[in-house]
Amino acid sequence: MLVNTLIAKRHLLANKKQTMVAMMGVCFGIAMFILMISFMIGVNQFMEDTMLSSTPDIHIYNDIKTDYTTSIAGDYFKNKNTLVVVHHPKPKQVKLNIKNADGIINNLKKDADISFVSPLLSTQVFYNYGPVQINGYINGVNIMQEAKIFDLANKMTDGTPENLLSADKGIIMGHGLADKLNLGMGDMVTLATPAGTTMRFRVVGLFKIGIGTIDNTRSYVNLANVQQLMGQDRSYITDINIKLRNNKLASPKADEFFKKLGYKSDDWETANASVLAGNIVRDVLTYVVSITLLVVAGFGIYNIMNMTINNKMKDIAILKAQGFAGRDIVQIFLSQSLFIGFFGAIMGEILGFLLAYALSRVPFPHNEFISLKFFPVIFNPAHYLFGMAFGVITPFIAGLMPSLKASRIDPVAILRG
Amino acid sequence: MSVALQAEKLNKYFHEPDDFHVLQDISFTVNKGEFVPVIGKSGCGKSTLLYLLSTLDTDYNGKITINDTLVTGKNQNELARFRNEHIGFVFQFHFLLPEFTALENVMLPALKLGKFSKEEIEENAMEKLKQLQMDDFAHKLSGKLSGGQQQRVAIARALINNPAIIMADEPTGNLDSINTGLVFDIFRDLSHNKGITILTVTHDLDFAKNADRAIEMADGRIK
Repeated sequence: MLVNTLIAKRHLLANKKQTMVAMMGVCFGIAMFILMISFMIGVNQFMEDTMLSSTPDIHIYNDIKTDYTTSIAGDYFKNKNTLVVVHHPKPKQVKLNIKNADGIINNLKKDADISFVSPLLSTQVFYNYGPVQINGYINGVNIMQEAKIFDLANKMTDGTPENLLSADKGIIMGHGLADKLNLGMGDMVTLATPAGTTMRFRVVGLFKIGIGTIDNTRSYVNLANVQQLMGQDRSYITDINIKLRNNKLASPKADEFFKKLGYKSDDWETANASVLAGNIVRDVLTYVVSITLLVVAGFGIYNIMNMTINNKMKDIAILKAQGFAGRDIVQIFLSQSLFIGFFGAIMGEILGFLLAYALSRVPFPHNEFISLKFFPVIFNPAHYLFGMAFGVITPFIAGLMPSLKASRIDPVAILRG
Repeated sequence: MSVALQAEKLNKYFHEPDDFHVLQDISFTVNKGEFVPVIGKSGCGKSTLLYLLSTLDTDYNGKITINDTLVTGKNQNELARFRNEHIGFVFQFHFLLPEFTALENVMLPALKLGKFSKEEIEENAMEKLKQLQMDDFAHKLSGKLSGGQQQRVAIARALINNPAIIMADEPTGNLDSINTGLVFDIFRDLSHNKGITILTVTHDLDFAKNADRAIEMADGRIK
């Protein structure tokens, strides 16, 4: 074994240039794999984070169901052998709130899988500031719960979520919205509902989630203020946002709540199916490109090993004559291939890390819809382990065939010339 | 005198390009310490015979016994091990490994055998090189040596595991007369003074004339 390693080492050192070229092949394959996967998974992670910052794990709300199957006309013409057709029925006046919200919330709070529950009353409003009138909506919330679900504390550009508790009729406003209205901390703004009621609020905080459609339209106020603005009672809420301890459970949990409560329950995966589909596409792309690169590197090694073995026919014959068995010959040449793979892979991991790190320092082009300072790159040790495994397995397969060929060389044919 | 090598009714056929009965009923014995050249015209089958005897070629009928061990019928791994321990090779084209120094070339078969420590092997190899007056070149890359020097290193390598028998295929085929004489003297010294059996295929009739006895072949038979 030791002798075989010694011979393998000499072969590699005797052809330093060739060894380096083979290593570079593996190195670039692995480096590209690391770079691509770090970036792609980084993008996926960013997408998921952004998504989760605007979507709760589970969102329970009262979906407006318009039931046109029964009509009072049917009752009127009952048993008269008449076909009743009603054109353009109008839905009856329905309340969009969740009935017995307090009871439901108390129940949900007892669920061991749930970490936070936040009741919500959302309504469309007009923001009036002098002559400017902008369409948007407000969320009436218990700010402490809501802040925990969406990590608002870290998304405040001015003030803190707690400000809402200490201020009478305070409002925490989306950053883009405040810019449009030319509002700053402490300024007053008038809100008007479609029903015509108005209320004045004082800006006590500004937030920026990084999604244009939210930052330009949404504000948070205390739940009671919205109930008051809408002329509803203290138990009137339209939505419940839930954060789970493990968001992978969202889908089955949402089904469970729907069955139990009878209200529509959306989990974050369903609500963001298109984003998740994008993630899968990026994952597949990453693996396809990386495997292609490694296969190309594998062919490089295969070629070089074949060449080496053709050059070393005489040496192989003489080694066999001196008592080296076929197994030893395989060891000698396969270990060269593995050496190239192993060190090529280590070089590739380092290069890949440096490239990924460099990319993570490249500023992302400014964009008002997404808040991203640098290219999203993540550094996950699992990717490096995977790259390493790839970097060793590919040369192993590429080196195996030439090595087996070498072990089958008939020494007599070569020694006789 | 005990028998070093015994061949019984060896028959060998070539199938390419045509069927050809290259060795026909070859039987002979070589005693320990004998120096026996095998001579004959080109194509008489003497090299073929040597490769059979050396266990490298296993495609034959008949029986070969080396050092009281029947080698016919052993598998490739066993044969590799047997060659390593009991047979030393010297070829026409010296066949040293060019990436290694002369000393390392000599050491390799012993390192493969693994009976002694690296230090002991190195000492032993140095001694063999000294025996062949090649110790001054021990640390030179083998590719940098002249033909005669390379052949002497190859002989040292054949000796390293103290084999019972050395088999040589045209060992002087590529050497000038001075080096040929040198190799001849070395072989005779090894067989007469060290008790090593030497079987060598050669074209060189002078070489054969001075040996103990010669096996002469013609048309696949021993004359």
